[in-house]
This record gives sequence, structure tokens and C-alpha cells, in this order.
Amino acid sequence: MTTETAIAKQVAELAHYEAGFVTDIESDIAPKGLNEDIIRFISAKKNEPEWMLDFRLKAFEHWKKMPEPQWAKIHHPPIDYQDAHYYAAPKPKLGSMDEVDPKLLETFEKLGVPMRERAALAGVAVDVVFDSVSVATTFKENLAEVGIIFCSISEAVKNHPELVKKYMGSVVPYHDNKHACLNSAVFTDGSFVYIPEGVRCPMELSTYFRINEMKTGQFERTLIIADKGAYVSYLEGCTAPMRDENQMHAAVVELIAHDDAEIKYSTVQNWYPGDEEGKGGIYNFVTKRGLCAGHRSKISWTQVETGSAITWKYPSCVLKGDDSQGEFYSVAITNNFQQADTGTKMIHMGARTKSRIIAKTISAGKSDSTYRGLVKILAGAEGARNYTQCDSLLIGDQCGAHTVPYIESKNPTAKLEHEATTSKISDDQLFYCQQRGLSEEEAVALIVNGFCREVMQNLPMEFAVEAQKLVSISLEGSVG
Amino acid sequence: MLVIKNLTAEVDGKQILNGVDLTINDGEVHAIMGPNGAGKSTLSYVLAGRDGYEVTGGTATLDGVDILDMDPNERAAAGLFLAFQYPVEIPGVQMTNFLKTALNSQRKQRGESELEALDFLKLLKTKQKELGIADEMLKRPVNVGFSGGEKKRNEVLQIAMLQPKMAILDETDSGLDIDALKIVADGVNRMRGAGRSFLVITHYQRLLDYIVPDVVHVLAKGKIVKSGTAELAKELEKTGYADVA
Ligand SMILES: Nc1ncnc2c1ncn2[C@@H]1O[C@H](COP(=O)(O)OP(=O)(O)O)[C@@H](O)[C@H]1O
Ligand SMILES: [Mg+2]
Repeated sequence: MTTETAIAKQVAELAHYEAGFVTDIESDIAPKGLNEDIIRFISAKKNEPEWMLDFRLKAFEHWKKMPEPQWAKIHHPPIDYQDAHYYAAPKPKLGSMDEVDPKLLETFEKLGVPMRERAALAGVAVDVVFDSVSVATTFKENLAEVGIIFCSISEAVKNHPELVKKYMGSVVPYHDNKHACLNSAVFTDGSFVYIPEGVRCPMELSTYFRINEMKTGQFERTLIIADKGAYVSYLEGCTAPMRDENQMHAAVVELIAHDDAEIKYSTVQNWYPGDEEGKGGIYNFVTKRGLCAGHRSKISWTQVETGSAITWKYPSCVLKGDDSQGEFYSVAITNNFQQADTGTKMIHMGARTKSRIIAKTISAGKSDSTYRGLVKILAGAEGARNYTQCDSLLIGDQCGAHTVPYIESKNPTAKLEHEATTSKISDDQLFYCQQRGLSEEEAVALIVNGFCREVMQNLPMEFAVEAQKLVSISLEGSVG
Repeated sequence: MLVIKNLTAEVDGKQILNGVDLTINDGEVHAIMGPNGAGKSTLSYVLAGRDGYEVTGGTATLDGVDILDMDPNERAAAGLFLAFQYPVEIPGVQMTNFLKTALNSQRKQRGESELEALDFLKLLKTKQKELGIADEMLKRPVNVGFSGGEKKRNEVLQIAMLQPKMAILDETDSGLDIDALKIVADGVNRMRGAGRSFLVITHYQRLLDYIVPDVVHVLAKGKIVKSGTAELAKELEKTGYADVA
């Protein structure tokens, strides 16, 4: 057996999904199915005002007529939207960390996220979203002192309706695409962040998502607003327990940066990818978009995508303000039968807007991964610039990696650069590492982490360590 | 230390080693010379356990332990080191991180505790100074953009860090100017002594002026055809391999 097929076999045998366990928490669950009644049920459960219910119903009406996006290079059987629950709440709803179900805390322990320590030592405020309802929020008071609002989106609907009304749907309209439309109709929870003018958020804000109910779709909605001159770094990480049936996850994230504001959004995505035969796993259909509304504003997306059976995700930037900047740093790892179609869109509207795209794709097993990117320069984007670099690394010879860059430029002064490479882990590299004492698995993990370095180094320190560990886990398996 | 008996091996179904016999005692430095294509690199790969280098007969033991059944990383942990003729680039992996990962992987396999970051850096600092290696080089990715001399010095640094019992140097002198050659030879000479043996593979006698071997062998057509003292290397320099090979 050549080294390459040995590795392919080794990664194909990846059954080591470390986050595969289920927490037993009694839940308040909506009956299966999707109709107007269910949407009213969700809205009523959350004591929502009339305008929120109207937004949901309008989205639902539109969703019924909307076709699914077809252009991505992914395959799955038709989704039976009626065969899922659209609301599940752990109970009782708690106010403080001390009241949190010890089992939930245990879950976080197992995931290597000792929330208490994490929050206290690392200075991370954790707005925990467990299933669909926030059960604990920490550090809120500290943040409130400087005028920062960090709460669940449901709380924001109640306590800050003027902000939610103004911004929700302003970057991702409810009719943007079928998945975003569904989210707009049935979203249950997510985070809301508002950083007032001139405030630099003193800590990394973080949310851990976790799907925990049988057949519960997960529809988070996150809204982050950085007012003039504000700065915030937000971390999103998720793991899901082992599941037999496909679960759909359709989140929407909207970011708004005003003049001179900066938002850094980092994701580590580790949803259950399915087993080595391609059975089960999460369908991750996410719409993430940031609007650089103000001059000199900046939005930076960093993502490490290792999980999900199917990933459909294009965190994008609309560069409206003059001199605004957008960045996209991505690592996408697929193994076994995973499929990923991910990338970004950079829409240059303002003068001298700049964007930078660094995408690293790693495919192993029988997986298939596509980088799909659009750089669009509108007529008014005088002197706009883009740099795009897409690198693919193939492990074994049964996987696929594709790069699909689209460029549309309506302004001749724009400067666009694009570089792309495809490579394999060479036998020379593996043998060199092994000769120095690394096992084959350790060698693969080291080489892959090296390949991803430019992206990894954009992650906040404590997240980078976890992400590197995740790279090793997602490529490890029993040797032989 | 290293005992090789009647070792035969093939690559791609083609027999390359035709019965190699070689015994290197503790603390000795042996040199293997021979024409291009004689099987020198093949011997070093077979000993290190590279995929595709199939042993078809004979034995090889390190301190009495059979190494031919071990995985390459197990042989490394057992104390076998191979300085590559062409050191390999690993983009994005910083030298310091590479050295630490390698050292701790070996220690783990030997049942030793892993070195703490601080102790590791102290050790690295010492070895680095001895070999005149700048901090800057260790911040770069493994072998990426290294000059020929830097690559070879980096191999010697790894010997110094990993402290193998048996180090094989495959044409470490190729592509080196005389100053770089001296630095490399100095490094090796400093590590000579009880507990560590060397097998120096070279095409030219030049290196052996600086690393004076205890025994010199000539390998030709996959067999050791002649052995002698350091003088043998000098003779070969004059006569070439035509007579022996
Ligand atoms: N990977 C390989 N595939 C096929 N033949 C090989 C391979 N490696 C070495 N050989 C052959 O083995 C013989 C010995 O090569 P090598 O060990 O590199 O010699 P040396 O290092 O003494 O110059 C040569 O005939 C070479 O062509
Ligand atoms: Mg050679």
C-alpha cells in the first residue's frame, strides 16, 4: 500500500467524532411541521411584539414560493421541511451561571470548553445558546458599563426594539435566498451585539452553539452593530452530537460597521459531519454578510470549517463606505463523504475600497470541496483593490477540490490580483517528519496546520489553539 | 551499536542492495564512499524505513534490537537519525515548532515526559549557539527558502537537539562551500564520543579531511567491496572508483 492510499484509508476510517454525545435535558418542543401556526407558536413562546411576527409571516409567505439555490456543487436528497421540529427550549430558563443545569456544564467540559474557567480566566463573555434559547449570559454587567449591549436576539427584540427594527434584514433581506428566508420565518435565537460610538469592546465576545434535540433544526440569527469608531471581535464556535438523520442548520448573521468601525468575526465550525459512509451529518446552509456602511470601516471574516455533511456558506462584505475594507480568511477541511461549497463575495461600491481573500481548502477521503468567490467592482469604486489567494491541498486520490472565482469589474481603475495553487502532501514531507519521530497522523496534522497558517494566525490566540487541535482531530483515524 | 548482516533490498521490484554487511561500534565514525547509483542513499532509506524500500533479506539491529520491523518514527525514537541529502521543505511550519514537536514525539514514544516550552527553548538556545544558527532562521518555516548551507546546518542542529545514538549523514557535504563544510564538520566532531556513532555517506573525500573516520567502506553495486582506514579515502581520491567498483 502506498503512503497515499494508507492516509486516504486512515482518514476514511475517521469515526473519532469527539463531540458525539447527547445531553438529556427535558425540552419544550414544538410539533413537527412548518406552517403559519408553528410560526405563531414560536412568536408567542417568545412573547414577541406584533412587528416581529409580521416580519416572520412575510418571510414565510415568500419562502413558500421560493426555489432552492441550485448553483452550488453539492448534492443531497430533497429536504422534507415538514419532517422537523422548529422549536425546542431547554427548561427552566435561568438567569445566572450558578443555576445552569450541571449536565449542560458537563457537556461543555467534555467539549473542552470549561465555560466557567473560560469566562473567568480568558475574559470571554459567553452567551450560551443551547438548542434554541439562551440559558446563561455572563459579563453582561461589565459590558453594560461601557454601553455595550450583548444579549440574545430575543431579549434584544424586547429591550431594544428600535435597534432590531432598524438593522434586522438590512444586510440580509428576508428574501435573499431560500435558506435565509426560512431563517427569517422561524429563527429561534442567536446573539445581538451593539457597540456604541467610540467604544472598543474590552473582551472577545463568544457564543457556543450546540444542536441537542432530536430532529430540531437550528436557526440562529445574529446581529452585530459597531457604531462610529467602535471595535469588536466576536467568536462563534459549535459542535453537535452524533446523529443518524440529517439536520438542517440555516443561520443568518448580519454585521454593520459604521464610519471607522471594525468588526472581526471568527468561526470554528465543527458540526457532526456524518459517518465514514456518508450517513447523517448536518446540512449547514448559512448566510453571513457584513455591511461596511461607513467610511474607513472594516469587516474581517475568519472561518475554520471542519464539520457538517454539507456546508453552503459565503461570508461576504458589502464595501459601501469609501476606503472601507473587507477580509475573508478561510480553512475548509472535508473528509469521507463531506461536501463543502464555500467562499465569499466582496462587493466594492465605495472609492478606494480594498478586499483580501485567503482561502485554504483541504480535501481527504471521498469528499468534495469547492471554493466559490465573487469579486464585484461597481462603477463608483474608483481605485478599488482586491487580492485573492486560493490554495488547495489534496489528501489521497479520491477527493475533489475546485476553485471557482468570479470577477466582475465595472471600473477600469480597479486592480485585481488572483493566485491559486493545488498541491498534495508529498511522500518526501511525510517521510521527513516521520524520520524525526512523528507518527503518520502527527505528520499529516503538522503539515496541514502549516498549510493553514496564514488563516490560523488571524484567529484570536485561545481560539487558534482549539482550531489546531480540531484540524488534527478531523484528520486523525486509526492507523493501518 | 549498528549491526547490518547480509542486507538485501529492492525498489520498484529492482534489487538495489545485494547483501550489505556492516558493523559500527559505539562511538565510531564510519564513512561510506562509492560511485553514483551504488545504493548509498538506498541503504540509508532502508535503514530509516522509507515506504517503497522493500527489505528482501538480512537483518539490521540497533543496540541489539531489530529495527527492520519498526515504523520510521519508532526507529527515530529508538535513536536512528538520517540527515537528508535533500532536506524537505514544509511550508508554514516554523522551525522551532517542528523541533519541539519532533523532540516531544520521540520522548513520548520512549515513555519520557514531554519538555516544557521553557526547558525546550533553553536547550535550543544552547545548541543554536554552538552551531552559529541565528534566531531568525528558526522563525522561518522548515527548510523553506533556506540556502544549501542553511539546510545542511539545520540537519546538524536537529542531530544536536534529538541526540540520536546513530546518525547517518547522506552527502551532507554536497553543495557546501568550504566555510559551511567546516561548520557542519565542527558540529559533528563536537557530538562524537561514547553513546553516539556516525555513518557518513559521501562521494568525495574532502569532507573526511574534517570529519576523520575510524573506518572507510566502499559501496559498489549494492555491496561493500572494500574497507579500510582513513587512508583508503585518500587513495580513492587519486585512483577513483574504477578499480574497486
Ligand atoms: N525510488 C526509486 N525508484 C527506482 N529506482 C531507484 C529509486 N531510488 C533509487 N533507485 C535506483 O537505485 C540505485 C541506487 O540509487 P541510490 O541509492 O540513490 O545511489 P547513490 O546514493 O549511491 O547515488 C540507482 O540505480 C537508482 O536509479
Ligand atoms: Mg545518494
